[in-house]
Amino acid sequence: MEAFTTHTGRAVPLRRSNVDTDQIIPAHWLKKVTRDGFEDGLFEAWRKDENFILNRPERQGATVLVAGPDFGTGSSREHAVWALQNYGFKAVISSRFADIFRGNSLKNGLLTVVLEQKIVDALQQLTEQDPQAEITVDLQAREVRAEGITASFELDENSRWRLLNGLDDISITLQNEADIAAYEAKRPSYKPRTLKV
Amino acid sequence: MGRTLAEKVWDDHVVRRAEGEPDLLFIDLHLLHEVTSPQAFDGLRQNGRPVRRLDLTIATEDHNTPTLDIDKPIADPVSRAQLETLRKNCAEFGVRLHPLGDVEQGVVHVVGPQLGLTQPGTTVVCGDSHTSTHGAFGALAFGIGTSQVEHVLATQTLPLARPKTMAITVDGELPDGVTAKDLILAIIAKIGTGGGQGYILEYRGSAIEKLSMEARMTICNMSIEAGARAGMIAPDETTFEYIKGRAHAPEGEDWDAAVAYWKTLRTDEDAEFDAEVVIDAASLSPFVTWGTNPGQGAPLSASVPDPASYEDASERLAAEKALEYMGLEAGQALRSIKVDTVFVGSCTNGRIEDLRAAAAIVEGRKVADGVRMLVVPGSARVGLQAVSEGLDVVFKEAGAEWRHAGCSMCLGMNPDQLAPGERSASTSNRNFEGRQGKGGRTHLVSPQVAAATAVLGHLASPADLSDAETRTPAGV
Repeated sequence: MEAFTTHTGRAVPLRRSNVDTDQIIPAHWLKKVTRDGFEDGLFEAWRKDENFILNRPERQGATVLVAGPDFGTGSSREHAVWALQNYGFKAVISSRFADIFRGNSLKNGLLTVVLEQKIVDALQQLTEQDPQAEITVDLQAREVRAEGITASFELDENSRWRLLNGLDDISITLQNEADIAAYEAKRPSYKPRTLKV
Repeated sequence: MGRTLAEKVWDDHVVRRAEGEPDLLFIDLHLLHEVTSPQAFDGLRQNGRPVRRLDLTIATEDHNTPTLDIDKPIADPVSRAQLETLRKNCAEFGVRLHPLGDVEQGVVHVVGPQLGLTQPGTTVVCGDSHTSTHGAFGALAFGIGTSQVEHVLATQTLPLARPKTMAITVDGELPDGVTAKDLILAIIAKIGTGGGQGYILEYRGSAIEKLSMEARMTICNMSIEAGARAGMIAPDETTFEYIKGRAHAPEGEDWDAAVAYWKTLRTDEDAEFDAEVVIDAASLSPFVTWGTNPGQGAPLSASVPDPASYEDASERLAAEKALEYMGLEAGQALRSIKVDTVFVGSCTNGRIEDLRAAAAIVEGRKVADGVRMLVVPGSARVGLQAVSEGLDVVFKEAGAEWRHAGCSMCLGMNPDQLAPGERSASTSNRNFEGRQGKGGRTHLVSPQVAAATAVLGHLASPADLSDAETRTPAGV
């Protein structure tokens, strides 16, 4: 995973609530067996409308998505995170994220930032009025900054440490091999098994 | 202080707990399918890691599989490649796989319980958000992303922060004709699609205790539509009875030891939930969705709501966009909504009881002109059971299409899709824009409402059917 420390970029304000993962990346894209090449599937149905915000010339190259509440609901597809990253987004800001989507994003280095709705509204207003306005997402300082707006955000220390260092979960867990083996040794025999051993 | 059911199961699976870190939880059962696993196997290969516990891992094919001509090569080359990738990965790593055509193939959340692999007090994960289904057995079961699939394959554990707990208490009697699906749709409408975020839900109360295992699975299945990764129901005699004798159920002394443990899996009387919701079962009636998220639902007897009636600006906007997408007018009676397609199936309502309920309604009747009804069993075994009971014949005689098992039109990854603008009454779990096909419009309903809707051509409950008008007299 690529480390995330701080990022500054232009934004796409997306004034929709309950943006589900079927909108972020429709199911027919999930047939791919790689982690890349999902950028054209991002918000595919909405992008057919030439006025959709992602299609506007002034939004090209934007890297911060400022979304409505309950972003990423629905399916567990990690492809939604990959699609956002493949397209070029580095961070998503919302007042509320669906749990699975949030977990997936933090495991891939896409920073999902939770801010109060009124601050999200202010960021949307700012970037709607001025497409060139930049937003800084600073994970070291746990702070989002834009013209006239400074807001701190919460992220648990463990997730922050993993993101700042770009650490791979599996190697961290495998350092606790002895604990896993000890747990396995005491599991009761009535627990289900898929294979006869 | 006492502990909730979720807390007990959680505590029993902690491999490692350390200050400032998420708990490392052991995973008892890992279910795999073709869509969310290829990149995880790639990760293992790149790092030279094996699957740690092949005996706790099982795979099947469901999302991409066709429901017609399953003995022929899969027409869509991309779908075919994905299934072939799963087969190759399972062969290379030694994972047990039930491919298309196998008697144990089916929607992964129907297969696990059917094999007796889903048991009380276990942790169950799968790269699919409807893994919450297995919580019906008192298992802690939740959907994970592909990075976590790789993590479980490599370590049989997951680092997780413990969610809060929410009690959803449903007391009283469900009125006649009101099903588990109506109940869960009403719960989601009440607490919203984000209401369960950060929580494990526990469904409890006398109305829940009276439900069959299959109905309990319908409820837990849709926990994720309320934003909760997991939903649970305390195991009881109904649960034990369902598991006993299944292929992977414990036997002999193991059975006794298992049941003794399972009986401890109840929320203690002095345990406290972080949140509580109470629902009066008697107040419920058949429930359907009108919008584009599962929280946008209403009793079938109601009308399409007026977006202006919402105080919250973002809900109002969401309702406006939903009505526009769905092609509906505020104030229109829900019963007046005509459909083109009826889909009976999915991990929500594709089990044998669901097929029996739908068959009982269409028996001796005809699917309305211009309506296509698709019946897709949740698994190959459910299909065989239905055939042995003659349900396939009932459906076919009514004019419905009887298909092979899979996820099918729930998400339209296979050829079973809605055309743009087409409208369905669907027993599945998501009414998102384009979920069942680009431009398709979905109303979520129970199997009973689906069947009555198929006969009348508009959203309807079985109570709307008059025998004299619609049932072919016996012997004709």
